[in-house]
Amino acid sequence: MNRFIEAHDLTKTYSRGAEQITALNNVSFAVDKGDIVSVVGASGSGKTTLVNVLGCLDNPSSGTLMINHKVIFGEGKLLSEPALTKIRRATFGYVFQKFFLIPTLSVKENILLPSVFQPDHTPDDESLYQLMDMLGIARRENHLPSQLSGGEMQRVAIARALIHKPEVLIADEPTGNLDSKRSNEIKDLLLRLNQENGITVIIVTHNPDIAKIGNKTLELVDGKLMG
Amino acid sequence: MNIFQVSSKNLLRRKLRTFFTVFGIMLSTWVLVTLLGFNKGYEQSLSNSIDGMGFQIVLTAKGCPYEAATLMLKGGTGLRYMPEDLVRDVASRPEVLQATAMLMHAEFDPNKGENGGTTVFLGVDPKTYPSMKPYLQFKQGAWFADDAKDEIVLGYEAAELEQREVGDLMILPGSEVEYKVVGILSRTGTQDDGMIYLPLTATQKVFKKEGELTMLGIRLKPSVDQNAFEESLYQLPDVQVVSMAQVKNTIMSLVSSAKAIVMSIAFIAFLIAMFGVLNTVLMSVFERFQEIGILKSMGALPKDIFKMILIETTLLCAIGGLFGIVIAYGFSGLSEAAIRYFLPFAPTGSLIIIDTFIVVFSFISITLIGLIGGIYPAWRASHIRPLDSIRSE
Repeated sequence: MNRFIEAHDLTKTYSRGAEQITALNNVSFAVDKGDIVSVVGASGSGKTTLVNVLGCLDNPSSGTLMINHKVIFGEGKLLSEPALTKIRRATFGYVFQKFFLIPTLSVKENILLPSVFQPDHTPDDESLYQLMDMLGIARRENHLPSQLSGGEMQRVAIARALIHKPEVLIADEPTGNLDSKRSNEIKDLLLRLNQENGITVIIVTHNPDIAKIGNKTLELVDGKLMG
Repeated sequence: MNIFQVSSKNLLRRKLRTFFTVFGIMLSTWVLVTLLGFNKGYEQSLSNSIDGMGFQIVLTAKGCPYEAATLMLKGGTGLRYMPEDLVRDVASRPEVLQATAMLMHAEFDPNKGENGGTTVFLGVDPKTYPSMKPYLQFKQGAWFADDAKDEIVLGYEAAELEQREVGDLMILPGSEVEYKVVGILSRTGTQDDGMIYLPLTATQKVFKKEGELTMLGIRLKPSVDQNAFEESLYQLPDVQVVSMAQVKNTIMSLVSSAKAIVMSIAFIAFLIAMFGVLNTVLMSVFERFQEIGILKSMGALPKDIFKMILIETTLLCAIGGLFGIVIAYGFSGLSEAAIRYFLPFAPTGSLIIIDTFIVVFSFISITLIGLIGGIYPAWRASHIRPLDSIRSE
């Protein structure tokens, strides 16, 4: 087993007025390289908080998070926003329910957007077209997002998340805005990315069909991990 | 693809809003360039007009110095007179390089215009006056002969008003002699345009001012101390010494006050541009709150976002500034005509001078002001936390 992410007693609390909310309550688990992890649970159970902490978008209140055997949080360590950004750049790609494509940029330009901020990771043309081919959007490279279907837009968002070759793809409700046909396409795509490219996928979903593709499932209830 | 391309394409997102912002900056730049050009042009033209009068010192009968200045610039009424002997004595002093005596007479003509008007006659010495006023050019004819008695020269506007051509005959008020028009001056844009010039001796005779003069224009030899010479003139009884340097300084100090007002207007134009940009870019940042957060989640650092927003602001200002400069340059003739229409006195020459310095200064200033206006939105954008934008989803 090749451990990639290790979480020990992750807890996240925040205040809402006078009320103290515990979004994650002593959550511990491990993710290996090449895993597909489905994160499931009811609304407000802490799924998004968990992937935000795993994806270095947020600091936990306590507990330890190790990525690739390095302590990212814990042992008194809290990272600044720029430091979190550097870890995100190197390790993660994100896909959200909304596609967040820039409407004035073409498909190709949207995919290349992360490399604007990481010029060292600018892909060569061959890898770019290979990725677009794999996602079935190569013929749409010069189209604007407004000319694409919802499924195509999500494929572009996935391509954008993968362009800098991250080790982990975090997909938070990636099919939430799509009909069942498009949802299945995205599900198959995530599966292929995992199987053919060895990308670790962490997917937050309400959809049981999508959750089934995971070889691991993390079910959260009121911030606690079940099972 | 680079950050500049991303920023420039962001501006195309709300084309109408971008257009109006650029339009606002363009208007501000237009105002700024025109005002700066006017400051420069008006001051330069006024200075040239005063320098071009050909006199260093004007000797007049004692009175209000401002009246004396008005006399020189616009022609005057209620004139005072000096004895001719005294004037001739000053003119013959060794310090004097050139001098010309003048007799001005103003006559109210009830038939002039709708409500009547004053016709100004200037008796000049044809031997000395033309050489001290070299900028006076003729549209038709020439100056009267040295010994002429019944010849006149008309200023451009006077000729138009009287509807006279060279060779026509005119009868002056109080005289039965017919005067022949021998020359009509080209337009100068000064008080000279409305003047009717006569030989000095004839003027004294017609208007019954024998032995009296209104002014003596003097130019000194280069080696002479002007202040000392002026001091010696102050010793003369009942005369007023007007130094053109003094007149120039007085007018220029009045112009400086006007310049301060003009610069205040330019500053307001600056502020309008700045707040216009601030408003537009801030709105754009708020609209893209989620998107900016997502950019940060995919690796954009705060400085990248700050740079992206500042590039957008700079582009807005640079494009607006360039258009503003082009419009200001293209419409400078129209602006000048409008200024001439509203100003009671405008000197000859170009009133709006847009030179390279003004163009570069305005472009840099408007871009800098826009940049300052963009700092706050850029700072707000750079501090958006990706987590907040995801939560707001």
